[in-house]
Amino acid sequence: MTNLHPKPRANTAPPIDLPVAMLAELTHRCPMRCAYCSNPVALERPECELSTAEWRGVLSQAAAMGVMQVHFSGGEPTARRDIVDLVRYAVEEGLYTNLITSGVLLDAAMVSDLARAGLEHVQLAFQDSEDEGANIVGGYHGALGKKRAAAGLVKDAGLALTANLVIHRHNAPRVGAMIDMALEMGCERAEVANVQYYGWGLMNRAALMPSRAQLAEMTATVRERQARYTGRMVIDYVIPDYHARRPKACMGGWARRFLNVTPTGKVLPCHAAETIPGLVFDTVRDRPLRDIWDTGQAFEAYRGDAWMPKDCRSCERKEFDWGGCRCQALAIAGDAAAMDPACDLSPHHAAMAAMAEDEADADARAFVYRAFGAHKDSTF
Amino acid sequence: MLVTRTLITAESVPRLAPHVTLKHDTVRDRWVVLGPERMLVPDEIAVEILQRCDGERSVAAVVGLLAKEFNAPEDDIAGDVRELLQALADKGFVRA
Repeated sequence: MTNLHPKPRANTAPPIDLPVAMLAELTHRCPMRCAYCSNPVALERPECELSTAEWRGVLSQAAAMGVMQVHFSGGEPTARRDIVDLVRYAVEEGLYTNLITSGVLLDAAMVSDLARAGLEHVQLAFQDSEDEGANIVGGYHGALGKKRAAAGLVKDAGLALTANLVIHRHNAPRVGAMIDMALEMGCERAEVANVQYYGWGLMNRAALMPSRAQLAEMTATVRERQARYTGRMVIDYVIPDYHARRPKACMGGWARRFLNVTPTGKVLPCHAAETIPGLVFDTVRDRPLRDIWDTGQAFEAYRGDAWMPKDCRSCERKEFDWGGCRCQALAIAGDAAAMDPACDLSPHHAAMAAMAEDEADADARAFVYRAFGAHKDSTF
Repeated sequence: MLVTRTLITAESVPRLAPHVTLKHDTVRDRWVVLGPERMLVPDEIAVEILQRCDGERSVAAVVGLLAKEFNAPEDDIAGDVRELLQALADKGFVRA
């Protein structure tokens, strides 16, 4: 009869780590239409967004369960009229606040209000160091000038500034110029982030993927700038998984450090998790955040190592990369519980690398721009 | 933008960089260093060092204070303190 009376979980499982960071996607509205946006292809409608009071409740619950940092993101978080109020509230709750923004809606008054509310840091995304490239991939005319102006406002307000430099096949030759631009704008930090192929990025992968040769050149340029700018600007570098040998430690491990709350209050272990079929996403409208983290089906699905293929469970890197990325395993291997194909031990690794090289060679020139509702191609 | 790299010497007067804070994580009962989209969990020795970097004491004074409080020879800890602060300066967490 012992099988009918399993031991309580507390006696058999290690204690669950609590999250240290929360991505608060306040809205999916955004004036830009970036072809590589990591938001889901099915964007959440503005009329269903959480209210200010609901977001305040989420922030309080997050702080109480040990979240140290909140990243206000979107879409474009400054499209919410209550952004300053939410930043102030998060600061009052003891959270370290980051704003992840396109910058195109920022003006001096808003930046000054955000700084007074206690905002610590702004991450501004840049598409290119040249107008033409920025206009094409962002689907927004004149973005670069607005972003440069926004960077100036952020520095004038005394806030910390990171440039997020999003790299793909078309701007890869200008990676050095983009890093230099970030330094000149006064950034303390630059993230050289190759496009990650989820959401809109996955849909537009063939039009974005860099070649292996481009990646080699890019890496040499980034390493040179890292050495040259040591102690002046920190440069983080994220390579595209498709050309990697080992998987990235996606989200620092599934349901281990990080949670994401969508505009309508769904709680996700990562921002692309909704692509995985069979997962159940609870919302903050139905359950407390802590309950969702502890026992939500989507969080339990790939927490720890019980879900891992045998070769991953016995791998010495298991607690370094935590098995890599589930969404990528699904996208490439067709099974979210498979080995991440970015790992060269995966049977799908060679095919993934070859596909990336073929797509880079074919040099497709049509984007599906990020939008609500129906999608259509535009060539460039 | 910093015009030059921060080099930590005995005479440097170190402090946490703007928008970097040393905070007690009450849920986990530990100290953390929070900065832009980053978090460090310093070991006990690093916490003792950072708590004494107030933007007024020099590195030599911090070493002197630690030597006295922990009853250790200054020469034994001076190198460790400089090394830690230089590494944190290069990562953008400390200025001098």
